[in-house]
Amino acid sequence: MASLKEQVDTAIRSYLSTLQVRVWRGRESGEFRTYEVPRLESQTVLDVVTYIQRSLDPTLSYRFACRVGVCGSCAMTVNGKARWTCRTHVARVAEGDQIEIAPLANLPVIKDLVADMSRFFDKWAQAKGQFHGTRTRAGDFARVLPESRQRQAVDAAIECIGCGVCYSSCDVVAWNPDYLGPAALNRAWTLVNDVRDTARVARLAAVAGDAGCHACHTHMSCTERCPKNLVPTASIAGLKRAVAAAALKGEL
Amino acid sequence: MNTRTQVLLWTAQRASAAVLGLCVLIHLVTMIYAVKNGLTAAEVLGRTRGNTGWAAFYALFVAAIAVHAPIGLRTILSEMLGWRGAALDFFVLALGIALALWGWRAVWGVFVV
Repeated sequence: MASLKEQVDTAIRSYLSTLQVRVWRGRESGEFRTYEVPRLESQTVLDVVTYIQRSLDPTLSYRFACRVGVCGSCAMTVNGKARWTCRTHVARVAEGDQIEIAPLANLPVIKDLVADMSRFFDKWAQAKGQFHGTRTRAGDFARVLPESRQRQAVDAAIECIGCGVCYSSCDVVAWNPDYLGPAALNRAWTLVNDVRDTARVARLAAVAGDAGCHACHTHMSCTERCPKNLVPTASIAGLKRAVAAAALKGEL
Repeated sequence: MNTRTQVLLWTAQRASAAVLGLCVLIHLVTMIYAVKNGLTAAEVLGRTRGNTGWAAFYALFVAAIAVHAPIGLRTILSEMLGWRGAALDFFVLALGIALALWGWRAVWGVFVV
């Protein structure tokens, strides 16, 4: 076991090792401001932002809730890539002692690191991301067979936490602001495969065409960056096939 | 343009891409064969004129290009220049017709006249 002196030395060395953190301050227009943050073991990017807000500059705005990768609120652009900050270790992303933290791209900035997610979630609604069933609370449970083809097809896709990393990373969203984006389309794909849902054709029509799944160029940035390791590209490809089949049958 | 037409355009572009893949392969193999054997232009024309099979093949090649290129260009212009709407649709339709007419005219010159 390390002596008290060694423990103190380690603590001092750790404290003296600092990160140079460039943080976006402002709204659509603004500037990066640099903060010095002590580097600690197992430190996450969210820890860094929290330290700045609590110890250096209480006017810094950012968004978080669960801190454990469940809620999807804390996504930001870290060194140019969208990431969930609560599960991103500084050691993995720091370039030397430098980190740059900005709000999510492809969304308006409310203030500092807080992006306006309205457009992102409005597109879930446009893609008919709501479930429409026939049963009431009085009815029996619906039985969805875990081994069925449709349930297997969305086994990963249903785990989306709505963090917006895919939307922020998507080139097509940047080029075509009407594009629904990977998360909304992924959500639609889960419902298209839900045997209880009754709005299949309306949903396929909602996700079709120039602003829908057919706009995807399969760059796979969404899949590359998804913190949950989901494959929205596969969901979108599934929608393309389902919509094309419906169009050829004259259902759209 | 309604959604169904947009989807059918996407489907047409995928289908024409499949045709183009095959056509380009056959075309390249034929060209390499012709060049390696040192055929002159006159000798090539002597073999192509009156050949209904090759005329049909290249007519199909041109049709696939005339379908594929304008649909792709429509997306590129829309995403890179922000050009959308009916004017863009008419522009790429005109381009598709022009490509088909120019291409079929060449097929006519090489295989029929």
